[in-house]
Parts: sequence; C-alpha cells; structure tokens
Amino acid sequence: MSSGMTGDLLAAQIPRLRRYARALTRSAQAADDLVQDCLERAWRKAHRWEPGTDLRAWLFTLMHNVHINGLRRRRPDTEPMDDADYPDLRVQAADTPLHMRDLERAVAELPAEQREVLMLVCLEDMTYEQVAAVLGIPIGTVMSRLHRARERLRRYLAGERKPPLRRVK
Amino acid sequence: MKDQLPSEIADLHAYVDDQLSPESRRRVEEWLASRPEAKRQAADYALIREGLRGLYDPVLEEPVPPGMLRRESRNRWLRPLAAMAAGAMLLLGGIWFGVYLERGSGSLLAGVPDTVREAAMAYAVYAPEVRHPVEVPGDQEEHLVAWLSKRVGMPVRAPRLDSAGYRLLGGRLLASNDGPGALLMYENREGKRVVLYACASEEGARDTAFRFAKEEGVSVYYWSEAGLSYALAGEIGRAGLLELTQAAYRQIAI
Repeated sequence: MSSGMTGDLLAAQIPRLRRYARALTRSAQAADDLVQDCLERAWRKAHRWEPGTDLRAWLFTLMHNVHINGLRRRRPDTEPMDDADYPDLRVQAADTPLHMRDLERAVAELPAEQREVLMLVCLEDMTYEQVAAVLGIPIGTVMSRLHRARERLRRYLAGERKPPLRRVK
Repeated sequence: MKDQLPSEIADLHAYVDDQLSPESRRRVEEWLASRPEAKRQAADYALIREGLRGLYDPVLEEPVPPGMLRRESRNRWLRPLAAMAAGAMLLLGGIWFGVYLERGSGSLLAGVPDTVREAAMAYAVYAPEVRHPVEVPGDQEEHLVAWLSKRVGMPVRAPRLDSAGYRLLGGRLLASNDGPGALLMYENREGKRVVLYACASEEGARDTAFRFAKEEGVSVYYWSEAGLSYALAGEIGRAGLLELTQAAYRQIAI
C-alpha cells in the first residue's frame, strides 16, 4: 500500500465528521454509525486519496455517499420516510434554550438534500464550489437548496410552528 | 426545481456566508442599505447560522468513541449472528474465525469482496439448518423473488438449476455490509446444498468475469452484473460449482 493515509490524518477529521453527521441524523448513535461507516470506507479506498489534496472534502464526499445510500436503502421497508421519525435525542435536554429546540425541530423537517447543503455551508464554512464538488451537484442547485433551507427555517422560526405542507417534487 | 436563484438573492447568501470579494461585499452593503426587508432577511440567515453552530458545535468537544478508527472493525450483521455462526464455523475447522476476526491477515478470503465472505458465511450458517434453512420456501417462488427484489432494490432472479440436479429450496433476506442481500438456497437429491447470494453493492457497479475463492471446502464463484454482486457458494467441487455458476449466470444476464 503506497497510500499516504494515516490514522492521525483521519483522526484529525473525526470531530468535524461527527458534528456534520449529528446534524444530518440528529441521533448520536446513528451519527456515529455513519462516521464509522465513512471511516471504514476511507480505509478501503485510501489508495484513491492523493496525499496533499483536500482530505476533508474527500471524507465529506464519502460520508455523503454513505448517507444517501443509507437513506435510499431504507426506503423499501418504511412508508415514505420522514426524517422526523428519527429519535430526536438532543431535544429532550432540559437545558436547551427554547429557540434552539425550535431550530432543531425545524432542521428535522428539512429534506435531507437541503440539510446537507445548509450544514456544509454553515458548520463547515465550505465555499459553494466546495459544497457542489462534495455533493456532486451544480452550483446553481447548491444555491437553490441553500435558499430553500434557509427560507424554511426562517418561516418556521418566525412563528409558523405548524410543519409546512409537503412540497410536491 | 431547476430555477436559478436571482443574483441578488444569491449575493445575499454569499454576504451572510462571507463568500464575497471586498468590492462585491461593498456593493451588496450599499444595496442592502435601502432595502430593510432584505436586510432583515440577511440578519435572519445569520441568526440561523449562529443557531446551527450553537446547536452542533458542542459535538466537536465530545470525546471520540474508542475504536472508531479501526479499519474493519464492526460488521454489524455479524454480531447478532456470531453465536449462531460460531457453531457452523467450528464445523469448518475454525478457519472462519480467522477470517472475520482478523480480516486482512493473510487469509485467502481476506482480499476478496464482502460478497464472497457474506455468501460463504451464509452458506456456513444456513446450509446445515434442517428445519429452517429458508424464510420463504421455493414453492412460493414468485412471492420470494418479488419480496427480495423489493428489499434489495433491484430485480433479483431465481435461476433454474434443475439441469444440474439442483432445485430451489427457497430464500431469505440477509443483512449485509452493503444493506439488504438476497440469499437463495438450492438442494440436490443427495441433500447437497448451494447458496446463491446477490446484493446491490459498490462492487456490483461494474461487470466482472467469474472469480473463484475457496476456503476449507467452501468454494465460491463470484461475479458482478448490472449493479448486483453475486456469489455462489457450496461445498462441492470446483467443476460442479462452475457448472452451476454458468447456468445461473446465463439466466440472470438476460
């Protein structure tokens, strides 16, 4: 194996991966499973990573694939699955301020594709170009997803507590 | 869906996310000065941004669970099966323990795709079953195939292997590393069994020729076709297994 991948390189990325995974799944257990799947895949594909290139982008791309595959696979055995079905463990924390709980609840209602874009931009501070590369979508799609995500959260926080009507795609 | 965002709106986001050049930033600030509604919008976006950081940044400080960096640590499907599998594995001379505790340590099977391990393991676990070798018996083939196809997410076929003396005993769903996998079991008149395993996996993404792997009497032919990875496993001679593999392949690759 001539790949330059090392445990230290990966370890340095774990906190970020966990933060992103937590935001995507909103369950600590599901998030860590996702991170672990991503890391296992990273080891398996270590030879494809070129040392010196952006490891974070590479890992987030892997995680995106793992996450999306997971969502796809889950489809057959559930009724049209709402992301809100995930146990929302953090919401129960009594010391979470009210508006945070609102925000988390609103995030839970975002479609997965919008949530990914929003989190890469807001948590990871990725440029729109980086987000487009990680998710494999055009930059215009990044912008429209970002916009829809933010508008949804904004409306929700502005007092529309009732979940918005499901948009027909 | 494909609507292009108006450039002022796109700039508004870029402004909040600090992704503008200094001159564009000045331009947007000027533009915002006379538009209180847009200004409020930007402020809300910034609040949401801060809120998300407040919500998820604490994860950065949480201790990382031990073992997260192990290379091939956790075969989630193996754990519940481990006890069951252990018995079958002992029958195979304990070799399987080596394979699944220390994947990558020189075992012949270490370098082969998950599909092969999963097929061989499924054979070891289910083929010796007397009463419950399958979940859905072969006489309900139509239902079996429809069910497995639905769960695997791709059309699964149950090839006829009668010409080689094997009939479909039935099948079951397996939890594989790559998600749901379909296991079909066949039996000949002497009670010899083989399993055909199929699952949608990365490895299945490109078509491959037949390959062969063998470990302690369990022979496995494996190949990929049209998005599915297949493996045919059994304790029969290589030639006999190849004959079955070719018969299966011809019918699957329509």
